[in-house]
Amino acid sequence: MLAAKGLTRRFGGLVAVDDVSLELRRGQIHALIGTNGAGKSTLINLLAGELSPTSGAISLRGRAVLHGRPDRLARLGVGRTFQRSNVFSEFSAFENCRIAAQARIPRVWALHESAAQCRSSSGAAERALAAVGLTARRDVAAGLLSHGERRELEIAMCLATEPSVLLLDEPLAGMGAEESTRVLDLLRRLKLERAILLVEHDMDAVFAVADVITVMADGAVLASGAPEDVRNDPAVRESYLGDAI
Amino acid sequence: MSTARRILPWLSLLMLILLPALAGKFYIELVAKIMIMAVFAMSLDLLVGVTGLVSLGHAAFFGLASYVLVLAAPDQYTAVSLWTSLPLAVAASALLALVIGALALRTRGVYFIMVTLAFSQMVYFVFHDTKLGGGSDGTYLYAKPTAMLGGWSLLDFNNSTQFYYAMLGLLTLIFAFLRLLLASRFGHALRGIRSNEQRMRALGFNTYAYKLAAFTIAGAIAGAAGYFAAVQFGFVNPEMLSWHQSANVLLMVILGGAGNLFGAVVGAFTFVLLQDLFSSLTKHWLLLMGGFVILAVMLLPGGLTRVSDSWQAWRARMQGG
Amino acid sequence: MDLSIFLIQVLNSVQYGLLLFLVASGLTLIFGIMGVINLAHGSFYMLGAYAAFTLSSLTGSLFWAIALGVVLAVAFGYVLEWAFFSFLYRRDHLQQVLLTYGLILVFEELRSLAVGDDVHGVAAPPALAASIPLGTTMTYPVYNLFISAACLVVGALLFVLLRRTRLGMMIRAGASNREMVRSLGIDINVLFRVVFALGVALAAFAGMLNAPASSVYPGMGNQVLIICFVVVVIGGIGSVPGALVAALLIGFVDTFGKVFLPDYSGILVYLLMAIILLWRPEGLFRESAI
Repeated sequence: MLAAKGLTRRFGGLVAVDDVSLELRRGQIHALIGTNGAGKSTLINLLAGELSPTSGAISLRGRAVLHGRPDRLARLGVGRTFQRSNVFSEFSAFENCRIAAQARIPRVWALHESAAQCRSSSGAAERALAAVGLTARRDVAAGLLSHGERRELEIAMCLATEPSVLLLDEPLAGMGAEESTRVLDLLRRLKLERAILLVEHDMDAVFAVADVITVMADGAVLASGAPEDVRNDPAVRESYLGDAI
Repeated sequence: MSTARRILPWLSLLMLILLPALAGKFYIELVAKIMIMAVFAMSLDLLVGVTGLVSLGHAAFFGLASYVLVLAAPDQYTAVSLWTSLPLAVAASALLALVIGALALRTRGVYFIMVTLAFSQMVYFVFHDTKLGGGSDGTYLYAKPTAMLGGWSLLDFNNSTQFYYAMLGLLTLIFAFLRLLLASRFGHALRGIRSNEQRMRALGFNTYAYKLAAFTIAGAIAGAAGYFAAVQFGFVNPEMLSWHQSANVLLMVILGGAGNLFGAVVGAFTFVLLQDLFSSLTKHWLLLMGGFVILAVMLLPGGLTRVSDSWQAWRARMQGG
Repeated sequence: MDLSIFLIQVLNSVQYGLLLFLVASGLTLIFGIMGVINLAHGSFYMLGAYAAFTLSSLTGSLFWAIALGVVLAVAFGYVLEWAFFSFLYRRDHLQQVLLTYGLILVFEELRSLAVGDDVHGVAAPPALAASIPLGTTMTYPVYNLFISAACLVVGALLFVLLRRTRLGMMIRAGASNREMVRSLGIDINVLFRVVFALGVALAAFAGMLNAPASSVYPGMGNQVLIICFVVVVIGGIGSVPGALVAALLIGFVDTFGKVFLPDYSGILVYLLMAIILLWRPEGLFRESAI
């Protein structure tokens, strides 16, 4: 669904992403792993349209995405979460999701239609909150949620826009075991209809849920393929996994 | 919202309706002027308090409409019709806002503040340096617009009480319109933009378009206020477009409390009344005003309608050190 | 246009541009390093001009007036930062705008109370009061050349300060990373105070320097302020080289604009800004900080 070919991004002299190609397919969870500074976040930003590539191309459902802006990509169905929770602190968890859901509703100009009474966005918000398990906390201001809850809200907001491609930037960071399991189950359910990119450090989670793994180091792709192949790849073992497995 | 906050706007409306029966001409005209400024302040609140856009050039839209009214009249003694001149003035302000907004909104943060200031200065100089509208001296409007309907004069703007109620009607109309706007999806999106613009873009909102729309609407409403200010005053000059005017209206919004519209109204009342008070005390009243501005922003950053919030924040700071 | 008139306009452009540069560099430094938008910056220019007037009347010499004035400006800046501006760092831009606007009003009225609202002229020092001939019919005041020269010298000193001294390095570091500077053991409060005092001194010095060439009048600070904002927007916040380029650009556009399009000269500068914004919304030199 979402394919990147030869993506490169330079910041002055630093090459953050070096000729990276990858494909996200529907029905697959594609995990992206690598040490800090390997270029994972930059890659997500490139795919989400926050950054423009120095060279290379991105295509969505076969059509090229030129100079994708984040809002245009989001409207085309690419949803993302941020590494550091990027929510609307003054609004409640529910309101956060509702605003997210309202991004896809046409007829913005209908001033007589109250946002609070909009059933489609309220419904989408409720479903998103339920999917991550935050329904009990729906009326709490986002700024007052715990760190783990805020990570869940991040995912819920992304879900509320009903995306077909999900780009998840370390969604499990800071979550407890129970929350992590819940999120992983959610991802397994979600992938059936969607393509998911999962950037993570938690190796157990990655190997438990990923269909394809790409390993990055120093901005370039070190290895890519089925989990077992990657696990056994000598270059990967040497530079990254070491004795972790 | 607490009961007090719910009732206050209605109570104020009641008082405003009753005022002409209780007060003399001087106060009727003064409060009419304040209500015009309140509309001006509410339009800026849409930008500052709701969308998070700090514009230091809002007076450009206010003043342009005033000038359009004066320029629309073939000469100073011929009255124009309200039905043609008001839409013309508001459209002019809206168009200016669209153009300035399209350029200024390409910038963010401090750049945006400085750019809005600079553009409004440009408009100021157009009227100050050229002979358009009388240059730096300004022009008088001796004949107020007529509001005729089928041969009958609906409103006589020369009559202070009628003008007062027309302004009250305007204030109520704009207040209701903005409330509706804020409750809609569009309004919610604006608030989202203020809270976290990057997130809004990542979710799929074309934030530039939303901001531009808000900017244009705010400009149009400011134009309506400017139009009636010229009607009441009977005189326009470049000072109506000056950055002092822009700073004053910004102050009104902050003084009353940004983001809830009613604060803008409160701020307008407070500011104009204080201005009158200070200027009656001393020739150097700007010193008092300056000092007041500093104290008010330092001590009451949330504005008068959020005194309880400011009080709690102050206590927290005292305890937390 | 004949050559000597052209030359005069060029000299005027450079003079105006360099003066703007001095004032704007202070504004851009204060904003770039402390993150404070300071509307009262024009007031420093105005206060400098009035100081030049009062001090030269007292001492009888412009040189001494300027020397004394700069010392006073630095001290004033130092105290003002400590007493007022240090409270602004934590506030948002909107509050900073209003607080510094209040400060403008206070300064204007205090000045009005102290020295009145009259427009004054300040005499150039006798040594520089002559005019040199340009071409066959025109002359050019020596003092104006002196202004440009003085601005160039101060500008050069500023560059040396920022690029070659330890203080300059700290200033540049503070612009990009306040926390790191703090952790290096440098007292950030003192650093901010120094930068602020520097900014005030630059603006005041420009005001003092220019006093004999243009008159000293109440509204002068405001006009300079807004043009300086345009300089900073065009040049890029925090960039001193940007301020120089932008100031000179504006100097030329404004001066030649007055010659060719006198009725519209006031708006030309803003048109320039609009065009540049279309091309580069964050200023010409946004990438290089200072």
